Amino acid sequence: MRVYNINNLYGWLLALPAFVLLGVFTYYPTVATFINSLYSNETIIRPKHFVGLDNYRFLINDPIFLTTLKNTAIFAFGTVPISIALSLIMALLVHSKIPARGLVRLSYFTPTILPMVAAANIWLFFYSPQIGLINKVIEYFGFNGINWLGNSHTVLASLMVMTIWKEAGFFMIFYLAALQSLPKELLEAAKIEGATKWQSFWKVTFPLITPTTFFIMINALLNAFKLVDHLFILTKGGPDNASNLLLYYIYEVAFSFFDFAYASTLTVVLISMLVVLSLLYFTIIEKKVHYK
Amino acid sequence: MFKNIKKVAISTITLACLFGATATLAKTELTMYYPVAVGGPLTKIVDSMVSDFEKVNPNISVNAIYAGNYNDARIKSLAALKSGKPAQLAVMFSIDVYDLIEQNAIVSFSDIAKTKKDKKWLHSFYPALMENGTTLGKIWGVPFQRSTIVMYYNKDMFAQAGLDPNKPPKTWEELAYDAKKLTTKNRWGIMIPSTGYPYWMFQALAKQNGEVLMDKDGKKTFFNKKSVVNALQYWFDLSHKYAAMPKGTIEWGTLRQNFLDGKTAIMWHSTGNLTAVKKAANFNFGVAMLPAMKMRGTPTGGGNFYIFKNSTEKEKEASLKLIKFMTSPKRSAQWSIKTGYIGISPAAYKTEALKRYVKEFPPAKVARDQLKFATAELSTYQTGRVRKLLNDAIQAALTGKKTPKAALDDAQKRATILLKDYQ
Amino acid sequence: MKIHITKYLKILFAWSLAIIWALPILYAFWAAFHTSDFVTHFNLFAPLTLENFKIAASQAPFLRYMLNTIILVVIIIIGQLIICTLGAYAFARFDFYGKKVAFFLVLLQLMIVPEILIIQNYKTLVNLGLTDTILGIGLPYMASAFGIFLLRQNFKMIPKELDDAARIEGCSLMCILWKVYIPLSKPTYLAYILVSISYHWNNFLWPLVVSNSQDVRPLTVGLAIFGAPESGVQWSIISAATLISVAPLLVAFLIFQKQFVNSFMHTGIK
Repeated sequence: MRVYNINNLYGWLLALPAFVLLGVFTYYPTVATFINSLYSNETIIRPKHFVGLDNYRFLINDPIFLTTLKNTAIFAFGTVPISIALSLIMALLVHSKIPARGLVRLSYFTPTILPMVAAANIWLFFYSPQIGLINKVIEYFGFNGINWLGNSHTVLASLMVMTIWKEAGFFMIFYLAALQSLPKELLEAAKIEGATKWQSFWKVTFPLITPTTFFIMINALLNAFKLVDHLFILTKGGPDNASNLLLYYIYEVAFSFFDFAYASTLTVVLISMLVVLSLLYFTIIEKKVHYK
Repeated sequence: MFKNIKKVAISTITLACLFGATATLAKTELTMYYPVAVGGPLTKIVDSMVSDFEKVNPNISVNAIYAGNYNDARIKSLAALKSGKPAQLAVMFSIDVYDLIEQNAIVSFSDIAKTKKDKKWLHSFYPALMENGTTLGKIWGVPFQRSTIVMYYNKDMFAQAGLDPNKPPKTWEELAYDAKKLTTKNRWGIMIPSTGYPYWMFQALAKQNGEVLMDKDGKKTFFNKKSVVNALQYWFDLSHKYAAMPKGTIEWGTLRQNFLDGKTAIMWHSTGNLTAVKKAANFNFGVAMLPAMKMRGTPTGGGNFYIFKNSTEKEKEASLKLIKFMTSPKRSAQWSIKTGYIGISPAAYKTEALKRYVKEFPPAKVARDQLKFATAELSTYQTGRVRKLLNDAIQAALTGKKTPKAALDDAQKRATILLKDYQ
Repeated sequence: MKIHITKYLKILFAWSLAIIWALPILYAFWAAFHTSDFVTHFNLFAPLTLENFKIAASQAPFLRYMLNTIILVVIIIIGQLIICTLGAYAFARFDFYGKKVAFFLVLLQLMIVPEILIIQNYKTLVNLGLTDTILGIGLPYMASAFGIFLLRQNFKMIPKELDDAARIEGCSLMCILWKVYIPLSKPTYLAYILVSISYHWNNFLWPLVVSNSQDVRPLTVGLAIFGAPESGVQWSIISAATLISVAPLLVAFLIFQKQFVNSFMHTGIK
């Protein structure tokens, strides 16, 4: 039963501009990408035609795709827990009364203000095997330097370290906000009951900041999928795809190889993963966590 | 997509005809995309050449857009074309030719150069530099900033290690021996970069072992011929067997700085670095041709001028004028001196400026002298993907993930599948 | 005694971490203000120089890039303020058909950001003729799910009595929005603006794809192109270029630290 009243109309009108833009740049492209993945490319020889699941067959057999999938997963599962843990530690440190607290907080947070490409430029130098700082320090202590970005075993880890450096401060802020808004009575009650600092953290503080933890987790996961800026500067996905990530591969296939059909297919995979993530996140949020 | 280009082309030409009378008086506007492919204030040089051209051609105005490196330049100018923005000509990678033909983006110089004078100009360049731009019996790209790989070496370090600084290694054996001797705790003997353009370096090694990596039509690759595999093995051996080169991949971007900082005694790099190295080196350095195995060899490199199809007749004429200007012996000499890129025609080396420069600074003619051992840069249909296959294979071998044979067999197999439809 | 040791250990750890964290940026400053010989030799009394900045500035139009970035961020924020305010108002105060589904669809954009759909969005821009324009870079971001969500939260918390009071005085719906809701949400707006500025100043992939010419190119893309020439990079110059690119935001951040940090905190509390 449709209720035609002014309320309805006004509501839709107000939301319309947003929905037009969302439609053009989010919903339509999503559907179009799905559809395009079922077609071939347009070339001089043949116009665009329906190929069904051919692109997907190619996808499953594409070793580079499988590698990017693996790398993206490693990247996500590597950076997310460590970022969360580190940002929590940072927040706890800054929250407590240590001297030069402001400076410490500044130091943790500043990497966030930099664009990823700037951070990558700086770290490219750090990781440079012969003239870079890290190896210089290592060699000073008598060990052999490592080819951080040029060795398939260390390249992904090196990228993850840089990413965590950049992101931990950002997440720290959210934990800080949560810590500062904790009701003091609860902590005092725990103290009275003789809980140690450790116990009161795990039993009182940590559960109370769970919504923040979830919020950070979902953000960190999203970043793991969409942040590929550093690849442009540092490795371009090499050596031999050891640091190739899905979105970067999509960019390459679309804009270097001009294979839009296959790029659409790859994007479908990416979208699907993100949709699954969204659904997981929102169902958990609905169930476990209370919004104010 | 093509309907769009056709529409734009038709309407542009129609408009041009309608305003025929005034068109001859109106200014022709050209947009040129170019990659600044060397470190240094090259934008200024391009800009000054362009403004010199505009002075002599008051009814042509040129908007030169710096688009980044070769990859960026190709992506950007093709993107501009696809979206209907103006682009009449560009300097792009010499090896983009097949992609550009397939995208129906460029016209052939053979078709545009109609007068006798123009035809003479078209054939005035070094033949080795025309290889990459010629296919289907026509010329599609005209050289502008071209290079070969050369071997830069630190003469002071040679002397320190007891080697003759005026006798750089001439063969693979000598190179391995010298590089090993030059390696100390504080520096490496040699660095050959394997990020950025590893296939380019690899082409040199393959040619030195007597092989080319693709056929003249861009339809076949020869990645796993025996001598090619051996070339990759030699590259691997330099770091693993002779311990004269760092293991893993060597970063293209920091190579020049490594050389200037004394981290390596020898580096293989583009001759386009010559002027930058000359300015910054605080040691004696030399430049030599790459060593030989069965023969000397190097790929050519760099960018050619291309004219886009989607432009008016007048614009094409104006573009041709600009290109003839920029590739004239005098300008080519100027460009070569300022950058280290090769003078693109014998006539360029006969100009006073370049004659004098080469006399004062002999390294400047190494690249030119090497032209007789040069081969076309890797270029095929689906060139981006084929190139990536080879790059990945090289990196896999150098990082020890696959043996040279396994890596190249794999690359050859995949490349053949990719090129199947073009046979 | 034990308590003191843990306390000092904690302080030591916090400071060490802070120093390690600051090292990369401090190093960039070092490299930018010294000539390339001192890039790897840390002689504290090495002469300072502005040469790197001069060279970097002459090799690429960083000032123009900066202007482009400023224009880009300004139009995005203006667009976001208008569109997200209207959208949040709709979701907070109106009941309309399909509201729940609509809101869920909005939330979807939190995950499916424009860069994910980069290919199709690029094609759309081509069809709209907006490639290589600053507007083209900004358009997909103007309907920000994050903004709508944040403002809706805030609007919901404004007591309805204020609504009614304004209506009695003869205010129309838009007038209520302007006189009641927006003024009372100033902290949230400030927070959102600061977060949005940081995000879009530093955005890279989408601007890379959309911009071609240097009249449109923002700082991030300019920096990336600058640092990727065929023949290699020189650290001191790259560091200088990097500093030029991050300077405006960094300076703004250092001056308005408290506001920035509070903004980010504010948006996280939800």
